[in-house]
Order: sequence, then C-alpha cells, then structure tokens
Amino acid sequence: MLSILLTAGYALMGAGIGAGLVAIGAGLGIGKIGASAMEGMARQPEAAGKLQSGMLIIAALIEVIALFGVVACFLLAVNGSIVEKL
Amino acid sequence: MMRKTRTNKLNLLIVSALIALFSFTNSSYAFAASGSGDEEKAEDKTEFIMHHIADDYQWHIITIGHTHVSIPLPIIIYEYDHGFKFFMSSDFYDEHHEPIAHGGYEISHGKLIKAGAHGDGHGDDSHGEKSHDDGHGEAADDHSADHAEAGGFLDLSITKNVASLIISVILLFVVFLAVAKRYKKGVSAPSGIQSFFEPIIVFIRDDIAKTNIGADKYERFMPFLLSLFFFILFNNLLGLTPGAANLTGNIAVTMCLALFTFVITQFNGKRAYWAHIFWTPGVPLPLRPIILIVEVIGIFTKPISLTLRLFASITAGHIVVLSIIGLGFILNSLAVGVVGTLFSTVITLIEIIVALIQAYVFTLFSSMYIGQAVDDGHH
Repeated sequence: MLSILLTAGYALMGAGIGAGLVAIGAGLGIGKIGASAMEGMARQPEAAGKLQSGMLIIAALIEVIALFGVVACFLLAVNGSIVEKL
Repeated sequence: MMRKTRTNKLNLLIVSALIALFSFTNSSYAFAASGSGDEEKAEDKTEFIMHHIADDYQWHIITIGHTHVSIPLPIIIYEYDHGFKFFMSSDFYDEHHEPIAHGGYEISHGKLIKAGAHGDGHGDDSHGEKSHDDGHGEAADDHSADHAEAGGFLDLSITKNVASLIISVILLFVVFLAVAKRYKKGVSAPSGIQSFFEPIIVFIRDDIAKTNIGADKYERFMPFLLSLFFFILFNNLLGLTPGAANLTGNIAVTMCLALFTFVITQFNGKRAYWAHIFWTPGVPLPLRPIILIVEVIGIFTKPISLTLRLFASITAGHIVVLSIIGLGFILNSLAVGVVGTLFSTVITLIEIIVALIQAYVFTLFSSMYIGQAVDDGHH
C-alpha cells in the first residue's frame, strides 16, 4: 500500500518537475529565436515582415515541444491521482 | 472609402466579440455546471478535462444542474457470430442518466464492452452503485482480451469524432464546391466566399507547393495539399467552438493524415530519393551502412513526427484552456476564476493562431517530404 502511495507521489512529483523543465527548455528556445529575430530586424528593417513570420513559425514548432511536455505531465498527474484514489 | 473602413472596423468588432463570446462560453459554463457540488476536487477536474478531449459515444453539449443535454449518436456493432446491431447511444442511459446495459453491451470508462465483462477491477463511483443490480460483478476479473475469441465484436459506432468528421466534410464540400464552380466557369475576378479563400489557396500554391516541390512538379500534389490544409484548418477551428469534438486532437485522425503523406511520398519516390536512402552518394564507403540505417529510420520518423505534432498541439491547447478555467473551481475563488477566464480567453485566441500555424506546418512538412521524394537529384 505504502509503495503504491509512494509511486503515486513520485508520479505527481515527476509531473511537476517535468513541467518545470519543459518550461525552461521552451523558454530558452523561444528566447533565442526572439533575440535572433530582433537582431535581424534591427540590422535589416526592410526584411522585418519575413523575419517575423519565420519567427512565429519556428516559435510554434518549439511551442509544440513544450506542449508535448504538457501532455506527458498531464497524463502523469492524471494517472498519479487515479493510483492515489485506489 | 471612409464608409468602407468603418464597415470593416465594425466587422472586425463583431468578429472579435463573437470570438470572445465563444471562448467565454467554451468551457466556463460546462465547468460551472459540473462543479455545482461543494466537495469537488482536483481529480474530478482532471477527469472532466480527459472527458472533454476524449472521444465519446454521445455528443454531450451542456449539463445544467441534473439536466444533461446531449445528442444521442448511433451505435453500430458488428458481431462476428450474429452480424450487425444498431441502436442509439441514449439506450445506455436510463431516465436518471445512470449508465445501464443495453443489448448485451455497456459503456464503461468511455469504452464499449460486453455487459458483465469489466476489463479492470476499479470502477468509478457512479458505476459501483449500478454494478450490483445489473449483476456485473461475477466476471470482474476477466480481461477484455479473453472474450475477443468467443462472441467477439467490432465497434463501428458513429462516435462524437466521427460525427464531427462528417460535419466538417460536408462543410468542406459545400464551401469548396462553391469556390471551385466559379473557377470552372472561368470567372477571373473572385467574389463572395471565393475572395476569402483565393489568397490562401494562392499562398499554398506559391509559398508551400512551388518552393518545396518545384515549379514543374507541384501541380500533381496541389489537390492533396489543399485538402490537407483545409481539412486540418477547418477541424482545428471547429474544435475550438463550444461543445465541439476534438477531432484533430485525436491521435488516430492525425496518424491517418500523416499516413497519407507517407504513402504519397514513398510511391512518388524517384531514383534519386531511393539512392539517397540506400546508398547515399558523396559519403565515405564505411559510413554508408550507418547512413542507410539512419535514413531508413528517418522514413518512418517523418510521419510519426507529423502525427505527434498536430495531436499534441491541439490536445494540449484544449488541456491548457480547461486547466486554467479549472483553477478557479479547484481553488474555489472568484478572483482566480475571473482572472482565469480572462487568461483562458487570451489562450483561446492564441489557439486560433495555433490552429492556422499547425495546418500550415503540417502542409509545409508534407510538401517538403514530397519535394525530397520527387527531386531528380541534379543540384
């Protein structure tokens, strides 16, 4: 019984830590894109439109990676709380 | 000119008001209705969210107090011994909306199973009460695989997702047959709904197909790419409307779309494409077997990444919106609820952009893979 509860606790803890790590990774990625795009726009203001659309698409790709994390952590949390209810 | 900009602004205002209304109604009401009890906990919210993003046998719209408003959908079961069986999903619920068995079947944990054969031991509370008077308990230890041999059945029901798929297909046909009819007539100036879709179609042709597949070969793949783009876009946007099904957030649907791309890519693979995979030119000989393994794995990871990208972004979008609204109910605080609703409205607006971007990205990557396959190899 204790081991099941511990497992549930670990699942919830893993979900929380995982969500945090995912946020760090995605934040770094989007920050890097934003920095590069800003720099590019400052250097070449006439290409700002193209840079911006490209930036949004790459940001969306990174966001999906973050959302993978959301789904995984959500499933972990759900399963953890189901185990806890047993 | 002046009047035109004013009507444009008015249109914009109406559209944004509608969007705001949609995002407010999307889930707050559903939550408010489900969270009427005092002892609601976080687990019930996660269950609610899971229920919201999952497929279902009936189209549940809203629950006010104890009144459940839902559209019953047809259940179609093919039994290997007896043939087809048809009935409505409303037969699975009695007048108090308690789940009951019908025709030898019942719905347990969102899955259609033979009545009396619980796959797993733990039932949720609403089920536990019912299971006694229906006599479910006896075969509680049976695994669902055990009764697959004797009296097995195939579940071909029109579920919520299938119904949503049919609706979106009808919508796509109505819209695009109307658009196509005008092009067939040879009218060059677009009008009506055509003028809304023409820039998007031209964008897909010029910026996605021509640049990635090549100006001389793109035409064969335009019907596929356009269908792909608009199917994903329409279903993404339909999924954001209140009470709608989460079709593109279903991994089976996205896998099917990715398989289309996969099959089309492989069947259009030219000599250069296969040569590049099996005996990569320009690579030192000892490295070629290693590259071969990597390239063969790469064939299969492409559709998998397409599948997961669309599935995860749409599903997670729904989860995030519902979780933020759910916070107000979990913490039982009005302030959190108000801020959460505003915040989830913003997230829903972002979801509209994501719906567009994901449709674009899926089409872009599909055309890139097709472009690699049809490339002649002299570059």
